[in-house]
Amino acid sequence: MTSELQRERLAYKRSRARRSTGVALLSTVVLAVALWFAVRGAPGWPRVKQSFFSLDTAWRTLPAVLEGLWLNVRVLVVAEVVILVLALGIAALRTLRGPVWFPLRALATGYVDLFRGLPLIIVLFLVGFGLPGLRLSGIPNDPVLLGGIALVLVYSAYVAEVFRAGIESIHPSQLAAARSLGLDHRKTMRLVVLPQAVRRVLPALLNDFVALQKDCGLISVLGAVDAVRAAQIQSAGAYNFTPYVVAGLLFVLLAVPSGRLADWVSRRAARRQGA
Amino acid sequence: MSEPVLRVRGLVKRYGATTVLDGVDLDVREHEVVVLIGSSGSGKSTLLRCANLLEEIDDGQVLLDGVDVSDPRVDADVARRAMGIVFQAFNLFPHMSVLDNVTLAPRVVHGVARDVANEKARDLLARVGLADKAGAYPDRLSGGQQQRVAIARALAYEPRLLLFDEITSALDPELVGEVLALVRELAGQGRTIVMATHEMGFAKQVADRVCFLDGGRLLESGPPEQVLGDPVHERTRQFLSRVIDAGRL
Repeated sequence: MTSELQRERLAYKRSRARRSTGVALLSTVVLAVALWFAVRGAPGWPRVKQSFFSLDTAWRTLPAVLEGLWLNVRVLVVAEVVILVLALGIAALRTLRGPVWFPLRALATGYVDLFRGLPLIIVLFLVGFGLPGLRLSGIPNDPVLLGGIALVLVYSAYVAEVFRAGIESIHPSQLAAARSLGLDHRKTMRLVVLPQAVRRVLPALLNDFVALQKDCGLISVLGAVDAVRAAQIQSAGAYNFTPYVVAGLLFVLLAVPSGRLADWVSRRAARRQGA
Repeated sequence: MSEPVLRVRGLVKRYGATTVLDGVDLDVREHEVVVLIGSSGSGKSTLLRCANLLEEIDDGQVLLDGVDVSDPRVDADVARRAMGIVFQAFNLFPHMSVLDNVTLAPRVVHGVARDVANEKARDLLARVGLADKAGAYPDRLSGGQQQRVAIARALAYEPRLLLFDEITSALDPELVGEVLALVRELAGQGRTIVMATHEMGFAKQVADRVCFLDGGRLLESGPPEQVLGDPVHERTRQFLSRVIDAGRL
């Protein structure tokens, strides 16, 4: 049984909650209406609407853009797997101690410095046009593959740093516990440090992968017919920019599940550990 | 007399300009329970961490069964297999179940098959009173339970020497008893134990020898009734009277 006092408190809390909902609703409506009138009232709105938000064009060009997006998705999935492995390797190299490993450590550091600093578009040009330009046998010519390589090179540097931050965030007492049990450096990393580090950096990792999803669209500069290039072809044919908006919306739709997936994975790990 | 299990000779450890251990000598014989007492910062924990080779020492020697394990040519990972250390903050692996925490070292260091390791670990967990917690994750356990898991983890590979580093200092008063009872049982089984603690009453009952550390030096060492009851050094007297004032003896 709740006391009279508690019932009165609950009623008060409910009335406050109702009030908050009402205020939020009102301010949202006011803002939406204001934005609507600002955009609609712009002198160029009818023309912008016609060339960017033409429903008819959107519907007609959707299949072609979707087909391009399928290429993006495939590049994305393969690139993500390669990046994960490569980045983990680079991060692990950077944590190695001992003079024998100096060259590998230096190489990993240099790699991260170089590819984290280089603009992606320049790496795309260097790999996409420079590599085949060498005319060596065995060098691929496929813009999709070359674009994928460029993405992997740049994003591995980013993701390696995310992993390293995770590794360094594990408290030294965990290392002490593992070493005291007789585990060597490699086993300590593999069984104690990395599993905890990966869990900790998962949100940052997924964030980088959402960025990668969009940047997959940049392989179009090498001539691959992905969603962006498909949109470009369609808009050239239709004299209308709507296909770009369609491609953009599709990329957004692609990014939403990744965010939810990250939340779900983190929650599940937290629940299992009871933290 | 047989060779001591642990022999520390002239141990020096510095952190920057601070000398934490200033020439410590200590012998621990088989089946002996040695308790280290002294105020915070006197070097008790550092001595245990140096013995476990978790800290690089600045001078002196640590000998394990007569072998100088502080020699940089000795593989520290191998030397540590003969020792089990339990920390003040438990340091369990939060991403592993209690069972996996206990079986980790037997499985991946000593090459014991998983089912054999599991069986032994369940046995150990039953002995520390946690048979029903094998599948739980450490964060779900109380401090006392976590510390008992940590002790089981250190026992799982049958070390020659157990090092307990203030293992009750992070526990609520009502949980201290369950951990001390377990240590008392281990001492009764004839295990070789070096234990740093602030539990003077416990030291009095269980220790074969009490060592008083002060400013990185081992000032006094002897049977508990002598060191705790009738100490030779003025510093020891001061320390004990402060402990008595705090109601811990």
